[in-house]
This record gives sequence, structure tokens and C-alpha cells, in this order.
Amino acid sequence: MTERISRDDVAHVARLANLALDDDELTTMTRQLAAVLDHAADVETLELDGVEPTTHPLPLRNVWRDDVVGPTLDRDEVLAAAPAVVNDRFEVPAILGGEP
Amino acid sequence: MSDADEPVIPLGARAIAEAVAAGRITALEVAEAHLDGLATRDETVHAFLTVTAEQALADAEAVDAKVSAGADPGPLAGVPVALKDNLCTRGVATTCASKILEGWKPPYDATVVERLRAAGAVTLGKANMDEFAMGSSCENSAFGPTRNPRDPSRVPGGSSGGSAAAVAAGFAPLALGSDTGGSIRQPAALCGVVGVKPTYGAVSRYGLVAFASSLDQIGPFAADVADAALLLETIGGHDGRDSTSIPEEAPEISAHLDDGVDGLRVGVVTDLLGDGIAGDVAARVRAAAEALSAAGAKVGEVAIPELAYGLSAYYLIAPAEASSNLARFDGVRYGLRVDAPTTAEMMVATRTAGFGPEVKRRIMLGTYALSAGYYDAYYGKALQVRTLICRAFERAYADFDVLLTPTSPTTAFELGATTDPLAMYLNDVCTIPSNLAGHPAMSVPFGVGGDGLPVGVQVLAPALGEVPMFRAAAAIEEGDR
Repeated sequence: MTERISRDDVAHVARLANLALDDDELTTMTRQLAAVLDHAADVETLELDGVEPTTHPLPLRNVWRDDVVGPTLDRDEVLAAAPAVVNDRFEVPAILGGEP
Repeated sequence: MSDADEPVIPLGARAIAEAVAAGRITALEVAEAHLDGLATRDETVHAFLTVTAEQALADAEAVDAKVSAGADPGPLAGVPVALKDNLCTRGVATTCASKILEGWKPPYDATVVERLRAAGAVTLGKANMDEFAMGSSCENSAFGPTRNPRDPSRVPGGSSGGSAAAVAAGFAPLALGSDTGGSIRQPAALCGVVGVKPTYGAVSRYGLVAFASSLDQIGPFAADVADAALLLETIGGHDGRDSTSIPEEAPEISAHLDDGVDGLRVGVVTDLLGDGIAGDVAARVRAAAEALSAAGAKVGEVAIPELAYGLSAYYLIAPAEASSNLARFDGVRYGLRVDAPTTAEMMVATRTAGFGPEVKRRIMLGTYALSAGYYDAYYGKALQVRTLICRAFERAYADFDVLLTPTSPTTAFELGATTDPLAMYLNDVCTIPSNLAGHPAMSVPFGVGGDGLPVGVQVLAPALGEVPMFRAAAAIEEGDR
């Protein structure tokens, strides 16, 4: 297996993805991601210079709806599904620092 | 399954809808019979995560009331349907087979669910799947795997394995799944039923929990081609709540199923019959080509070497989109929350506990592919390969109306047999190109492989080519009789 992705890279990506990986998971994940990236290297044989990227199968443009009032989600129903609610709003732990 | 004095439930969606509408049988009898069937037999198969028996019986009674009143009960009157558990159902748990959404009850119905109800269908419950639709075997469900009804030691395929198994086991004549890289077609092939991925935008994605938004598409499972057409007609057509929905009515497909294939140009894709494809599967594809030829189609061969690169492009693009889509699962608005002193720590703790290994792998892969320094090398290149695949299809469709390939490289494999993630990804090699291009494709059962398990043949068509695709599928089905 080539050094396609390092353990440090994987630890950095885990932080970006808001995931915590223990040592064993880090090792396994590094090996597995390297295998997929190795396989993906087959595209390096293709001539891609000047080829436009395709991000989407449809030629999307802005889609506007008519400016008329329609039904929206029921607030109580939405809040009933939340892990914590205070004053009809989503409640989260402290944003900055430790204990609130 | 039923006693002599119990009503005889006709097989298949068309037959049930016709019998219910004509008053020969009640929707309630149909619902009860199907609920009884899965209550006794789903313990082995595990096709369902949630069974909504009460709601099914109430919906069935509402259909019967319409019939009694002389009102039109709809084209799917009393037809039981299974829904993949990534389709939102108001007030009914929608988990995506993930711990992170365990117990979540959506505050709205997916558009396809609304359309099913409006057509008189009776939803039986939510079908098992690979977590967040990531997988090809249904083994990635956080709530245990589904087994293949044709052989319980085998996987049903995935990710819509529960939906495919529900139809194959006769629990429901119809089911809905979602297909991002083959997640409808591959389980359909492995379970021996029909599975359709429609043209991107042909069916509204409103209420489908997003995996990879430029690839995801909802589509039907059925026991035969005509039932699949009926279901697609019911769920298709423009929806203002999905801005990628094609602004047109659903195409009429059923009316063309008897058109035959005289003169239809069918291209057998030679690249997908060699390396990596089991010999018995390739043989069935060639036999399907012969059946089409015998029915009057002009069958030829076509090489599309670019398709082989689809796998690499897909396994960068789909995880990249997934890493962004799944950022919403952060313990704030719905689903699991693992408490921690700060919001940032709470989010990490929640996601770490809530997501299974395959979902984490894809999030990591996608985050890496999109991260500074690697974006051009991986994601950028994958998008260019996507263009090459679209162009290659365009070339092929200059000479052919539809293309023919295997759906899956093998028949259903043993549970627990494939543990290497990359090896599992290789199952999607035949199905991925249609997702990248946004084209329709469907799997039709065509006999069995050397192990006696079903083989699916895949029919591909260009965007909005559902009618020729279904015509070819109907001819293949006819050739299998």
C-alpha cells in the first residue's frame, strides 16, 4: 500500500468531520481510506485536461416558486422531535468555554 | 398461508387494485392478510424495522369506504406498500437504520408517501436498509441485517434490502426504495424482483433523507414490470417542493408495455461482461440479449471503456456530498444527543456514538476529498470523470436506444462474507454509471445462476428514456416465462 494518506491526515479529517476516533479506529480507517484512494488512482491514466467538471446531471438554474403563502411545518411538532427545547427554541449546551 | 374460508388475495398490485375497486375483495381483507403474513414470516427475513398495522387498517377502511360510496378509490386501491426507512412519514419513526435517528418521528410526509396515499395505496411500514443507504448488503443496518427470502443464509443486497426482501417474500406487492449508486437495482437483482431507478428529477426527493443529492433518486420495487410501471406513474411528476424535480408530468409507461421491441436498438455493453463479472451472470445477460433479438430488437455490441472509471468517481463524489448532507446530524434539532459540557463536544460525542462504521468511513472519505489541498486531486478529477462518462453514454446512445448489462457482478452472497469495504464497493460497478449521468436504469429478473439464485439483467436508457427502457424490460420478462 502506498503512503496515499497518513495517520495524521486521518486524525485531521476526523476533527473536521466532528468525529472522535480511538487509536485502533485511526489505524483501520487509515488503511481503508488508503485502499479506496489507491483504487481511485485508476483515473490518473485518463486524459482530463480541459474536461469540464459535471457537478449535477441536470442543467440547474435558480428555481423560483410563486410568492404565495403555503403551509409550513407545525412548530410544536418540530420542537417535539428535538433533544432539548427552551422557550420554544432548540436548546444547546454552552457554545463558548466549559460550564454555562 | 390462508385457511379455506379466508378470502383469496390476488397476487400483484394490478390484480389487487382491480379486485378492490370492483368490490370483489375489501382493502381491509388485503391489509389483514399481508399484515398476518409478515407477522409470522418477517422474524426470519427482518425486512421491516417498523410495522404500522393500525394505520394500515385505518387507511384500508378509508379505501373501502370510497369503494362503497361509488367514488374512485385510485389506481393503487388497497395495494400494500413497504417504504424504505429513509422516506419521511409523519408521526412514524424514520430511522435510516441509524442509531442517530432512532425514534425520530418526522413532522411531514415525503411527497412520494402523499402520492401513494392519494392513489389508494396502504403503507404497511418502514423497510430495513443499510445505514443512511450506504452499503450493498443491508448488513450496515444498526438494527440488524435483512436476510434474502430466496435463501436466508444470503444477503438481500442493499442498500434498499428490506424493500426488495418485502416484495420477494410477498409481504407487500410493492415497495419504494432509493438508489444513489445501485441501491434499488442491486437488491432487486439479488432478491429476484423488478427494481427501477428513474431519471434523475423524475420523482420528487422531498422527504427523502439525503445521502448524495446529485445522485439520489426514489424508485419502485415490484414483482413484475407492469406493476413497477404503475408505481412509477403514481409517484412521478413535478413537485414544487423539490427544486431539482423535472417540471413535467410523469410519463405514461403502462400504455406502452405491449408495444413490443420490434426495431428497438439494444446495445450489449461488452466491458461489463468480462473481468469481475461472474460467468453465469454474464451468460444470463447474453441470453436476455437473445430473447430481445428473438422478439424483434436489433441487438448489437458496444464497448464503453469509460464506465469502468465510474466506481472511482462515485466513491469520491457520493461521500463528498454525504459528508456535507450528514453534517446536519449534530444532536441539536432531532435524533440522538449525547450530553457534553459544550455544544462542540456534544456534537462530536453525538456523531461518534450515533453513526456506524460505514457511515463514518464515507464521511471521512468525503471530508478528505473536499479538504484543502486534496480537492483538485480527488473531487475535482472525479467531477471530470463524471463528464467523460456522460459523453461516453451520449456516444453509445447515438447508435442504441437502450443498453444491456448485468445488474450485479454476482448472485446474492453469504451474510458476513464480504468484510473489506472496497470489495463491497465493487458490487456497484454496473449500476453506478447511470447515477452519475442521471439516467434511468432498471433490473429485471432473468433466470438463475449456477447456485440457483436469481440473476438480474439491467436495462439502461438515456435521460427520460423510461418508455423504451420499460418496453425492453417487458420483453425480457416475457422471454423468461
